[in-house]
Amino acid sequence: MNNLKDFNLKVNLFGYELKNPVIPASGTFGFGYEFADVYDINCLGSISLKGTTLNERYGNPLPRVAECPVGMLNSIGLQNKGVDKVISEEIEKLKKVYDGKVIANVGGHSVDEYVEVVRRFNACDKVFAIELNISCPNVKGGGMAFGTNPSVAENLVKAVKAVSQKPIMVKLSPNVTSISEMAKAVEGAGADGISLINTLVGMRIDLATRKPILAVGSGGYSGRGVFPVALKMVNDVYKAVSVPVVGMGGITSAREAVEMMMAGATAVMVGTENLVNPYASQQIINDLPTVLDELNVKDINEIIGSVK
Amino acid sequence: MKNQILTVKDNKQISDDVFVMKFEKEENEYKAGQFVELKVDGFTLRRPFGVYDFEKGELSLLYKVVGQGTAKMATMKRGEKIDALTELGNGFNVDKAKKPLLIGGGLGAAPLYYLAKTFKEKGIKAEMLLGARTQSDLVFLNDFKNVADVKVATDDGTSGFKGNVVEALKHYDFDCDFYYACGSLAMLKRVASYSTNGEISMEARMACGFGACMGCSIMTTDGAKRVCKDGPVFYAKEIIFE
Ligand SMILES: Cc1cc2nc3c(=O)[nH]c(=O)nc-3n(C[C@H](O)[C@H](O)[C@H](O)COP(=O)(O)OP(=O)(O)OC[C@H]3O[C@@H](n4cnc5c(N)ncnc54)[C@H](O)[C@@H]3O)c2cc1C
Ligand SMILES: Cc1cc2nc3c(=O)[nH]c(=O)nc-3n(C[C@H](O)[C@H](O)[C@H](O)COP(=O)(O)O)c2cc1C
Ligand code: FES
Repeated sequence: MNNLKDFNLKVNLFGYELKNPVIPASGTFGFGYEFADVYDINCLGSISLKGTTLNERYGNPLPRVAECPVGMLNSIGLQNKGVDKVISEEIEKLKKVYDGKVIANVGGHSVDEYVEVVRRFNACDKVFAIELNISCPNVKGGGMAFGTNPSVAENLVKAVKAVSQKPIMVKLSPNVTSISEMAKAVEGAGADGISLINTLVGMRIDLATRKPILAVGSGGYSGRGVFPVALKMVNDVYKAVSVPVVGMGGITSAREAVEMMMAGATAVMVGTENLVNPYASQQIINDLPTVLDELNVKDINEIIGSVK
Repeated sequence: MKNQILTVKDNKQISDDVFVMKFEKEENEYKAGQFVELKVDGFTLRRPFGVYDFEKGELSLLYKVVGQGTAKMATMKRGEKIDALTELGNGFNVDKAKKPLLIGGGLGAAPLYYLAKTFKEKGIKAEMLLGARTQSDLVFLNDFKNVADVKVATDDGTSGFKGNVVEALKHYDFDCDFYYACGSLAMLKRVASYSTNGEISMEARMACGFGACMGCSIMTTDGAKRVCKDGPVFYAKEIIFE
């Protein structure tokens, strides 16, 4: 095994230095502290917290997860305690086990809700950036609706930028005709960065009952199977905009993390694989030097967007 | 929680579609009501199974073949290895009862075997009520009789009392101070509406099994709770059945 110290894994996101580019993705890592019993989470570049809304949400009825070939479906529906308790309870617990700063993931049903949640995070020092989730397929009358129409997304980003004291990274939905057009729209509205992809809409049917397995009928597909789709979209967005891009979708190994960075990602997020293998994010970090060594790369920044 | 590679010691078929999988000795401690999650080859999500027995470091699971994952498990042979998350969930609180009543429905009763053994070690012989559709669903009955005082209720009357579990509870009028129940959601709901003086082990489809994804959350009087991490055992009085 190669020594982590011989390689520069540090990347910079909105002026904040990450010790490495690996970030657990929102919704697959709780509020972080759940994993502190599993390993020392201080190895992580950062953490994207569970989607947070203005008020407490229970989310959708069960079942809200389903097995799929090389992946899974979820229709969680943004279960969280609401922004005030997220700050006063969840982030307080996280502070005890994680030294770095984190990314708050914000969801909503209306422009006003997004704006208010973002405003309340202004005072939270633990958060260095906001990931604006305009791509959740699992909340009615919001979420993805903001992420599939460029002018709606633009208005939202403008409204949020007007109140936010933190960088805004907009999380895009893959469920669109042109991801580049969406990326340009949010960049034009002032987004400081873009993350993608959120889940692809999908469904499964129980043969015996002929009913969808998920109680709400459909959900979001994620995991290993979406990797090539995500990679292409990250590359498209990288070519379309000049703000930093954070890539995710189906990453399960350091090789895939490097591939995602070659496509244009400054940092990567690991989602579903954390649920399958609780050590996944840590293992990916530990394996990065070996992959870089094979490629004769000493500084990971060299590979960002290096696809020819 | 631990992440371990378990080795199959024995995978015994005990009826058409029910198996007991036993693993080689490991360094573990299990409370009755806890569960493990198996990474069955070829699938993304791990499959959860309650601890059926834990004797001298050897874990046993009782499982029914209901889909592709369990079908694959049924083909596993002695010596094969499987990646597992172990010691998951909270388990039953055995200190609550001096005169326990264990209530199980069908295959869902599996965790009650280890629970009854736990009481037996404490010098308490538990009373048990096992409900099922029909006698042949109770393939493990003889094992259970070794560790508890077992009464049976079947819907079709092929064994024991004819009727559902709640009717049987009234019929047998057990002398107990606290109950422990597991089985189908429909049965648990009926038991909880009959009495809330007990603990209930819940089931839900899970993705992670250790509290990270909120895939398994149920509503309780104390807000949303995760079956995998805050449960699977809850006080009957705190569960809000839809
Ligand atoms: C805490 C807990 C303890 C359990 N203990 C036992 C036990 O001791 N013995 C036993 O036979 N079964 C038990 N189950 C149910 C068991 O997990 C499912 O029967 C099994 O996962 C089915 O897998 P499959 O691939 O054959 O079915 P498929 O239908 O092909 O599975 C598809 C997906 O749905 C999930 N799933 C399907 N049915 C259930 C179910 N009833 N509960 C939860 N998830 C399900 C699977 O895990 C998988 O992710 C338990 C479930 C939970 C939550
Ligand atoms: C169970 C689950 C919950 C999720 N919750 C959120 C969320 O709250 N906010 C969000 O922006 N994305 C959420 N996502 C999407 C992931 O962050 C990620 O974009 C997606 O799963 C693709 O990455 P992956 O293939 O590595 O999982 C969730 C995904 C899963 C599987
Ligand atoms: S299954 Fe992930 S939180 Fe329970």
